[in-house]
Amino acid sequence: MDTIITSKILLTSALPMLTALLVMFSGKKPNLRESWSIIGALLTFLSVLNLLPHILAGGAYEFTLATLYPGVNIKFHLDGLGIMFAGTASFLWILAGFYCIGYMRGLDEHAQTRFYVCYAVSVGAAMGAAFAGNLFTLYLFYEIVSIFTYPLVAHHQDSEGYEGARKYIVYLMFTSKAFLLPAMVIIYVQCGTLDFCYTGIVNGIFPEGANKLLVVVSYLLCLFGFAKAGIMPLHNWLPSAMVAPTPVSALLHAVVVVKVGVFSTCRVMLSVFGIQLLQDLNLGIFTAYFVSFTIITASIIALSKSNLKARLAYSTISQLSYIILGVAMLTPNSITGGLVHIANHAFSKITLFFCAGAIFVACGKKDIKEFGGLGYRMPITMIAFGLASLSMIGVPGSAGFVTKWFLALGAMDISSIGLLVVLLASSLLNAGYFVPIFLKAFFGKVAPVDQGLSGSLESKPLIMFMVVPLLITSIISIILGIYPDLFLKIINVMVGA
Amino acid sequence: MHMEKYLILNTLSYPVLSAIMLVPLVGALISLLIKDEQRLKVFGLLVTLVTFVLSLPLFTCFDLHTVKYQFAELRPWFSLLKLNYVVGVDGISVLLVLLTTFIMPFCILCSWRYIAKRLGEFIFVVLVMETAMIGVFISLNTVLFYIFWEAMLIPMFLLIAVWGGARKDYASIKFFLYTLCGSIFLLVAIVALYIKTGTFFIPALMDQEYSFAYQMWIFLACALAFAIKIPMYPVHTWLPAAHVEAPTAGSVILASILLKMGGYGFLRFCLPMAPAATLYCMPYLIALSLISIIFGGYLALGQTDIKKLIAYSSVGHMGFVTLGIFLLNDQGLKGAILQMINHGITTGGLFIMVGMIYERTHSREIADNSALGMIIPIYVTFLGIFCLSSLAFPGTNSFVGEFLVLLGAFKKSAVVGFLAIPGAILAAAYMLRLLQRMVWHDSDGHGHHHDEADSEDHGHALTDLNFREISMVVVLTFFVFWIGLYPTPLLKIMDASVAHLLQQISAGGAVSPVDPHAGHHALLEFGSWFKQIMTF
Repeated sequence: MDTIITSKILLTSALPMLTALLVMFSGKKPNLRESWSIIGALLTFLSVLNLLPHILAGGAYEFTLATLYPGVNIKFHLDGLGIMFAGTASFLWILAGFYCIGYMRGLDEHAQTRFYVCYAVSVGAAMGAAFAGNLFTLYLFYEIVSIFTYPLVAHHQDSEGYEGARKYIVYLMFTSKAFLLPAMVIIYVQCGTLDFCYTGIVNGIFPEGANKLLVVVSYLLCLFGFAKAGIMPLHNWLPSAMVAPTPVSALLHAVVVVKVGVFSTCRVMLSVFGIQLLQDLNLGIFTAYFVSFTIITASIIALSKSNLKARLAYSTISQLSYIILGVAMLTPNSITGGLVHIANHAFSKITLFFCAGAIFVACGKKDIKEFGGLGYRMPITMIAFGLASLSMIGVPGSAGFVTKWFLALGAMDISSIGLLVVLLASSLLNAGYFVPIFLKAFFGKVAPVDQGLSGSLESKPLIMFMVVPLLITSIISIILGIYPDLFLKIINVMVGA
Repeated sequence: MHMEKYLILNTLSYPVLSAIMLVPLVGALISLLIKDEQRLKVFGLLVTLVTFVLSLPLFTCFDLHTVKYQFAELRPWFSLLKLNYVVGVDGISVLLVLLTTFIMPFCILCSWRYIAKRLGEFIFVVLVMETAMIGVFISLNTVLFYIFWEAMLIPMFLLIAVWGGARKDYASIKFFLYTLCGSIFLLVAIVALYIKTGTFFIPALMDQEYSFAYQMWIFLACALAFAIKIPMYPVHTWLPAAHVEAPTAGSVILASILLKMGGYGFLRFCLPMAPAATLYCMPYLIALSLISIIFGGYLALGQTDIKKLIAYSSVGHMGFVTLGIFLLNDQGLKGAILQMINHGITTGGLFIMVGMIYERTHSREIADNSALGMIIPIYVTFLGIFCLSSLAFPGTNSFVGEFLVLLGAFKKSAVVGFLAIPGAILAAAYMLRLLQRMVWHDSDGHGHHHDEADSEDHGHALTDLNFREISMVVVLTFFVFWIGLYPTPLLKIMDASVAHLLQQISAGGAVSPVDPHAGHHALLEFGSWFKQIMTF
């Protein structure tokens, strides 16, 4: 199918920005403000859906907005990978929009207008990154995400918030300036363009006879430059960023921010370097083993955390590396597994964060040790938590299983016992840190302070704003395990092209 | 006459270059007759605006396909010395002329409330300054160039010495001595060139061939003058003092235009007149540029005074300019010229922002101006934009310049490229640090903020930007994003001239190659070692 050149695709990233403006000017009227936020999210999602049929048929959209220098454009090119990420993020933004109302009002948070503005801009920038047609555009939106999530992380404006936000911006800015910028320049010097390769993922944009050393250097710079992907040792910003309000952690640090990092890494691996080049230089297998370390280590650290959000943060770090692992194995199966995990992980992890936030608003608990008996007071929340956990662990019938199935196939394709062991071990570790929470909530000893308290915490209207979205996401993360077809189709278009 | 082969005489209905040069001077003289303060300010603003409007045809009617000097005017002057009044612009100087006429109205606007005494003299000095600066950029005659070059010194000295801050005497004298010291060498070079060739006409001087030794002397004399002006490590120390003490308008003129004279001088004198010497000295100047980039950034990181921070950041940014110039390739030169324009807009904007906050809190310390985010959001928004532009955030003007320079650097050698990267990191570090402290919290990080608490903190209520201030920063912001997203028109203007310059260098470098047996052994050995690193 052909590539359609249309400015229509600008709409998807423009809508959230427009939403941000409307939110800004209706700051005095909270109901109007939140309606804008949700309407904006809905329209954004619809605009993505509108583009889907053509992409599913194997086509693409393209538009060049501005040219800075020959080969350095602000250019959008939408293909399967981009639309999967954009669709997931914009859909979850709708649910997060409702969830925010419950959370922010439930806790009577300050500076809510600023919060909603930055939230919308960040999502818009993520859309821009998903639609990016070259490395510069990707870098541009990647940086916008960094800047506009800073106020969200620093939202509480206490010393803990500032400290977390400082760490956040230092990690992200340092890596992008120190690694991404030279990588981009080296790639331009070698290739004469920053445009992605639009004709499949086998051949990158590097010409024959490119300086091998510089190719390797620029690859490593990219791998570490996209620090939002949370690959160790550049993962430390993520746990610190958990000082943010939970809707931020949920949408941004499980879906938008970290996924922009992972998406960018995958995009660069597939559309700039190409699997052929990565295979020739053995960079794929190196990356696979490198991120395996993150998968295992982050899971082990997660086991040791009793603060729920901290545990989720380390779980996120571990799960993100699955995606890169899949792509790094460079086989069609493994790439499918890796890319589909962008969506699968998004639905499951946002559920878990939503649960953490709902629990905090409903009864002020952050620590897993205090969760005894919670299952009876917040049954819907804890059941959703259980469902999402199953998906994280990769139990058959859940979204996570699809990922692990394809990843395992990929590991067998390249006959790597080592990576297979990593997958199995990490699944066990996942079970090790998620199952106890669920068990504790339903069968654990009720904490002394909660003795005698009973009755549902979920009946309040504001809490319902939070419980309904998390129920929906948890159900979707199961549905994606039973009918994984839609996302697999999109990815097949990408991988098969 | 043979001079005309270098020129395209002005065909506009008015002598545009002379007009924009003389209008401010005439305005300055008239301003002496005006007594009322309000009228003085309006008059000054009008004169600068008229000058800007008169200069617009330079942009719209510029011929992109010629390397000759356009809009030229040629009039006999001293026939005895064969000295003519000759002015003209090429793709490099036209941008700097436009930058000058564009920035000057801001210098008046940002002084609206800032200048409390001797307003009449202030307007006079600023307008004279404009004449001199435009004169420097349009002169095609070394004598004319030198006259304007020196003429700038006095008004700038007065700006600091009369309207400056607490240590104005120290700063103004330091500025004066440094610059004068450099210009003496420039004068020597100009005289030497005249004795050798018998002409003052700059394009003709570029076409001459000089021996390598002669080129070296010319290069060193000029380079010292320009290195002080731009300023480059280790002769940068006058800049922070001058910036900190100068009034806002002085800082804006200094940062936006005066520093560019150094870069312009390199491009107009050193590179085309002494190409072989340029090639020979290239590694050292690249090294000095890299030191400037990193040193300036490093010092900026430690400043507590906002103006000082921006001043040191200028050293770093100008390091990128000289780096780009001495990479001697297309991207480097274009990046350097663009970076000069960008720095003029962005740093000008930053100094205007500092001036605004100084008018409100009477302090330039970061600690006294912290946690402004909730109090004056409009101010903070624009501050954020200029800070991001200064750290070369993608989508803003500085990114394009810095990216092109880095492109040139990596093309030259990966080592040079990687050595310049810490400058980019430092820029992000000091600008984000500044932004974080000014917007969010002060250095001791005192906890949760509420509006009331903040007003108590500052002892008086701060007012957000008024219409005059907003209109200023909006215009600058427009250019920040315009150049950031669509720099093509500017790059096109400089295209032919940059290509011509490169051709002059390669041709000149070839006809007078460095003879390795001709004497300067120690230098050469060091140089070859240096070149080996640089050509990795």
